[in-house]
Amino acid sequence: MDIAFLLNGEPVRLRGVDPLTTTLDWLREARGLTGTKEGCNEGDCGACTVMLTDGASTRALNACLLFLPQLDGKALTTIEGLAAPDGTLHPVQQAMIEHHGAQCGFCTPGIVMSLAAGQASGEHDVNRLLSGNLCRCTGYAPIARAAEAAFARPLPEAFSPPPAGPGPRAFVEPELPDSIDALAARLVERPETRIVAGATDLGLRHTKALEDLGPVVFVSQIEEMARIETSPYMIRIGAAASIEALRKAMRQPHPHFAAMLDRFASAQVRAAATVGGNIANGSPIGDTPPPLIALGASLLLRRGEVSREIPLEDFFIEYGRQDRAPGEFIEAIVLPHEAGAEDRLRVYKISKRFDQDISSVLGAFNIVVNEGKVQSARIAFGGMAGVPKRALAAERALVGAPWSRETVEAGMAAMAEDFTPLSDHRASAAYRLLTAANLLLRYWLEDQGEPVSVREVQP
Amino acid sequence: MSPPAALPHDSALGHVTGAARYLDDIPTPAGTLHLAFGLSPEARGVITGLDLSAVRAAPGVVAVLTADDLERPADCSPSAHDEPLLAEGEVHYHGQPVFLVIATSHRAARVAARRGRVEIDPRPAILTIDDALAAGSHFEGGPLVWTRGDVEAALGQAAHVIEGEIEIGGQEHFYLEGQAALALPAEAGGMVVHSSTQHPTEIQHKVAEALGVPMHAVRVEARRLGGGFGGKESQGNALAVACAIAARRTGRPCKMRYDRDDDMVITGKRHDFRIRYRAGVNSGGRLLGVDFTHYVRAGWSADLTAPVADRAMLHADNAYFIPAMRIESHRLRTNTASATAFRGFGGPQGVLGIERVLDHVAHALGLDPLTVRRKNLYAKTKVQKTHYGQPVQGFVLPDIMRLLAESADYEARRARVRDWNDRNPVIRRGIALTPVKFGISFTLTHLNQAGALVHVYQDGSIHLNHGGIEMGQGLHQKVAQVLAGVFDVAPEAVRITATDTDKVPNTSATAASSGSDLNGMAARAAGEEIRARMVRFLSESHGVKPRDIRFEAGNVKVGGLSMSFADAARACYEGRVSLSATGFYKTPDISWDRQAGQGHPFYYFAHGAAVTEVAVDTLTGEYRLLRTDILHDVGESLNPALDRGQIEGGYIQGVGWLTTEELVWDGKGRLLTHAPSTYKIPAVSDRPDVFNVALWGQPNTVPTVGRSKAVGEPPLMLGISAFLAISDAIARPGGPYPALDAPATAERVLLAIRRART
Repeated sequence: MDIAFLLNGEPVRLRGVDPLTTTLDWLREARGLTGTKEGCNEGDCGACTVMLTDGASTRALNACLLFLPQLDGKALTTIEGLAAPDGTLHPVQQAMIEHHGAQCGFCTPGIVMSLAAGQASGEHDVNRLLSGNLCRCTGYAPIARAAEAAFARPLPEAFSPPPAGPGPRAFVEPELPDSIDALAARLVERPETRIVAGATDLGLRHTKALEDLGPVVFVSQIEEMARIETSPYMIRIGAAASIEALRKAMRQPHPHFAAMLDRFASAQVRAAATVGGNIANGSPIGDTPPPLIALGASLLLRRGEVSREIPLEDFFIEYGRQDRAPGEFIEAIVLPHEAGAEDRLRVYKISKRFDQDISSVLGAFNIVVNEGKVQSARIAFGGMAGVPKRALAAERALVGAPWSRETVEAGMAAMAEDFTPLSDHRASAAYRLLTAANLLLRYWLEDQGEPVSVREVQP
Repeated sequence: MSPPAALPHDSALGHVTGAARYLDDIPTPAGTLHLAFGLSPEARGVITGLDLSAVRAAPGVVAVLTADDLERPADCSPSAHDEPLLAEGEVHYHGQPVFLVIATSHRAARVAARRGRVEIDPRPAILTIDDALAAGSHFEGGPLVWTRGDVEAALGQAAHVIEGEIEIGGQEHFYLEGQAALALPAEAGGMVVHSSTQHPTEIQHKVAEALGVPMHAVRVEARRLGGGFGGKESQGNALAVACAIAARRTGRPCKMRYDRDDDMVITGKRHDFRIRYRAGVNSGGRLLGVDFTHYVRAGWSADLTAPVADRAMLHADNAYFIPAMRIESHRLRTNTASATAFRGFGGPQGVLGIERVLDHVAHALGLDPLTVRRKNLYAKTKVQKTHYGQPVQGFVLPDIMRLLAESADYEARRARVRDWNDRNPVIRRGIALTPVKFGISFTLTHLNQAGALVHVYQDGSIHLNHGGIEMGQGLHQKVAQVLAGVFDVAPEAVRITATDTDKVPNTSATAASSGSDLNGMAARAAGEEIRARMVRFLSESHGVKPRDIRFEAGNVKVGGLSMSFADAARACYEGRVSLSATGFYKTPDISWDRQAGQGHPFYYFAHGAAVTEVAVDTLTGEYRLLRTDILHDVGESLNPALDRGQIEGGYIQGVGWLTTEELVWDGKGRLLTHAPSTYKIPAVSDRPDVFNVALWGQPNTVPTVGRSKAVGEPPLMLGISAFLAISDAIARPGGPYPALDAPATAERVLLAIRRART
C-alpha cells in the first residue's frame, strides 16, 4: 500500500509498503536511523520511543508496535530530528547531559523522546511521562533531575512541536478507511480481516509470535470512531478512542477510574491502545472492562449496516470467546451518565509493579449506600476468571444490608462462590482470592476515611 | 593533578542525540547474514530426532547447522569446557541452543528457527534446590566448607540460638541492549569480531578455539555496551562463536542478536540461593558464632559458579566480627540456564544472609536492629581478622553509620514509625539501616592485572586505549581524566577509543568493580612513561634539570620557559622521542587459597550504608519506598558525578532484585517470566520520593589510583535496607518473625504479614 507522512520535517512517500512493517524496523533497517533502539520489541521498555504529531496531539509512542500505515498523514519525529536545525540541543537533551541522566545510554534516546513529547504537550509529570521507559543503570534519579531542570524553563520556539503532517491523503487505500461506514463495508466484504487499532496487543503477534496476520484494516484514519461524547444521560466512547483519551474523559465523572488508567500500561501504550481494542481482544486481564462493567456500560456492535447493543459483561462468553460475529466490530461503548450524581466508583489495581504492569487482580466497586443500607452494588473483577466478571454473590450479600463491617465481611466471604482464580507467574490463586476480598474491605475502610493507599503516604 | 571533576560521561552527547553507536547500529557490509538459534523444548533429555527440513525451506535461509555439522567441537564456557555451542546428543535446559539458522535477515532467521522439530526423549529434570539435593547433583563433588573456631561450642554457650532460613531469588540482568555479535571474515583465516562483551579477550580466546586458529588471528572490538551488569562477562560467547563459525563457513559477515525473549530464556542470571542459619548470641545481641549453609542453584554448566559461590562465603560476615563461623556451600547442578555473574557476584547473597541473621536476632531479643548491627561491627581501632583471615583495615563503617543515622534522623523517624503503626491498622511503615563492606579484587588472583596503550601525537592530542569495557559506568571518562591528569591537559585532549584486543592483549573482564582501579593505573603508567621520556628530552635539549620541568594546565614549563603541551609534543617528535607507550598494572599484596578459605584475597574494602523507609499495605502486600538516605565510601572520588550515578543506580537495582524482580519457572523448567511484560525491574515511580546520596570522601588507605575506591558493585547491596524495611513494617513486637523471602513481591509480603500475626 502507499502512505505519506513527515519524517523529522521531511515529506516521505512510500509506495508498495508491507503494511505490517514496524516503524522501528523501517527506521533502523531501511533509513539507517539507528538512534531509535530496540530493547524488547514488545512495547515494554520504551527504548524505541518516537514522537508522533497529528491534529489531535503530540505524543510519545513505541516504534516497535507502530505499523507504518499508522503514520499515514502524520508527522514523525525521531531522536535524530529533535535538535534544532543548527544543532542546538533540545532543552531535555541539554539537561540530560548536565544532570548525568545517561549511563550506558541505550535507553536514553527513548527517555529523551518521552520527556520531549511531554514538554511539547505541556505534561510535566515525570512519573507519568516515563512510565514506559525502563532504565537499568541510573535508578531514574538523575533523569528526574534533568526533566525538572528542562521543564523549569519555557520551550524555545525552535523546538515547538512539528507541523501536524501532510493530513489526509489524496489517494485512498482500502486498508485505511476514513469512515465507520467504509470500515463496516470492508469487514462485511472480507470478514477474515483483522482490525488494527493501537497495535499494542496485535503487534505482538507480529513481533513476538511471528505470526502471519493475514489481511488487516487500520482504523487510525477514522476520526469519528475516536470521539468521546457526553450527553445528559450517557457518555459515548468511540471504540478507537485511546486509553489516554478515556483517562482524560473520566477525570471529572469518575476520578478513580482515571487514576487507575494512569497505571494502565505506560504513556506510550495509553496513547496508542484503544478502548475498543482492550475489550475486543477478550483478555481476562484488560483493565477497562471491570470499571466499565461496574458502571453498567453497554457495547454497540455493528455489522454492515446492522447495529445492536448488549451489556458489556455479556460480550465475554468464556476465555477466548466473545459475542462477536464474523465481520462484526465494536463501534462504541456507552456509559450511563447522570450529571451531579455521587460517584461511588473505586477501582483498585494490584500488580507486581505499580506502573506498566499487567494486573494480577483488578477490582472495580460501585456500591451505592442510602440511609445506611446498601442500595445497589456492581462489583467486577479482572484477573479472577477466564473473563472480566461480576462478583454476583458478593453483590447479593451486600444489597439491602446495612453498610457495616459485618456486611462487608459477608461480601468478602461470598467471593469464594464467585471466583476460582488460576495461579500463574503473576500471582497464586490464593493470593488473588484473598486480595479480591480484601479490596472490598479497602473500599469500606476508605469510605470510613481510613488511609488505605501506600501511594498516598507521605515520607 | 587537577581536583576531581564531575565531568559528564564521555559519550553523553552521543547518548542524548542517538549518535552513540552500539553493536546493532554498526553499518554492515552488503550480504551480511543474520543468525538465530533453535532452542530445546525440554529441560532435560536425549535428542532422538531433529527434523530441520522446514527450517531449511523457510524463506531467506542460507544454512542450518547442528553440532554434527561443526568441523570441531565449539565450546562457549569461560571455565570448564562444558558448554557446547549447540547441544550434543543431550539437552540440559529448556532454551538450550540446539541448531543454528543462518539467513538473510534477522526476522527470517527467527521465523525459520521456530520451524525446527526437535524430538527429545525426556529425562527427569532437576529444577530446584530440593531436586538437586535429593539427586546429589553437586558441582565440585560436594559442598565446600570453611570454618573459623568452634561454632558448635559457641552455640552451646550462647544465651540465645536463632535459627532460620531465607530463600533469595535470582535476577535477570535486563541490560537494555541485548546480547549481540558481528563477525567479519578477514584474510588469511583471520576474523574480526564486534561483540557486546565485558570480556573481549575471552571472546577472542573462544572464537580462536572454535575456528582452530591462534589467538593472533582473531581481533575483538567493543566500543560500548548498552549495559552489562555481569551478564556480558561470559554470556556473549555463544553469539560471537556462532557468528565466527558461520562467517568462516559462508565467507560472509554474520551478525546475531538475541530477541529479548530469547535472551532471557537462553542466558544465565544471578544465582538464587537458600541460606540456612543458626546464630548464637549473648543477651545483648552480640554474635558468638554463626553456622551458615548456602544452597546455590547453579544451572546446567559450571560457568562462574565457583567464584560466585566463593564470594558469597567471603561476604557472609559483611561488616561484622563473628568469632566462630562455619559456612557450608553447596553448588547445585540443575537443568536451568546456567546462573552467571551479576553485579556483586555472590556478595549480595552472602551479605543478605548475615543481615537477615541480625534482623532476626534483633526481633527475637526485642532490640533495635541498628543497635544490634553496631554492636557487632568490626572494631574501628583494633584490627580484627575476617573469617578467612584477612585483617580488616581502614574500617570506616562505624563512622559512616553514625553520621548517616544522624543525617537521616534515624532515631526520631524510628519513633515516628512506631507511632504511626500504633495508629494505623491498614498501612504500616518500616525503616532499616544496613551497611555494606565489599572486598575489592578478583578472587582469582591472576586476573588482577591490566594494560593500556597511550599515544601522544605531534599536535599534542592523546589517544587512549585500555583493556576495560565501557558499559555505562563511565570507566572511559574516569581513565581519561586520570591520563589527562598525568600531563595536566584538559580531558578533551584525550581521545577515548574502542576496546580492542589488537591494542591491549590478555585483558581481564571488566568486572569485580575493578575497571578504574586496574585500567586507571595502567593508563597512568603508560602516561608517566611518555611524560618521563618527554622530561628527559626537554631536560637535555634545554639544559634544564628534570625537576624544573613541570606539566601545568595544558602547558609545559621548562625552567623559565613555558610552551604549550602541543609544542612540547612536537619538539619531542622532532627530537625523535617515542611518544607511544604501554602501561601495565597488577594489584599488589593479595593472595588466596580458596580450598582452605584462607588468605588476603582483597586489596581493600569499600563501604557504605543506607537507610530506607517504606509503607506497606496489610490488605494487599503492596508497598512503596518513601525515603532513602545513603552515605557511601568511594575513597577520593575520581569523578563524583559518575560515582553518584553508580550509587543511585546500584541501590535501585538492588531494590529491584529483592522486591519486584521475580523469576518464575514452571514445573517443566520453562522460564515464564521471559520478557519485560512479565519480569518487572524498577520503573521510574518505584524510586523513593526522597533520595539523598552523599559521598564519604576520605582517601583510600591503600595507594589506588588517586586514592579512589571501586564503586560498581558495592552500592547494589544497599538495596537490602529496603527489603529489611519492608520486613520491619510487617514485624510485630513479640510476635513471630515474619521471615520474609526474596523477592518480596506483594504476594510474599502479604503471606509474611499473615505469618507475623499468627
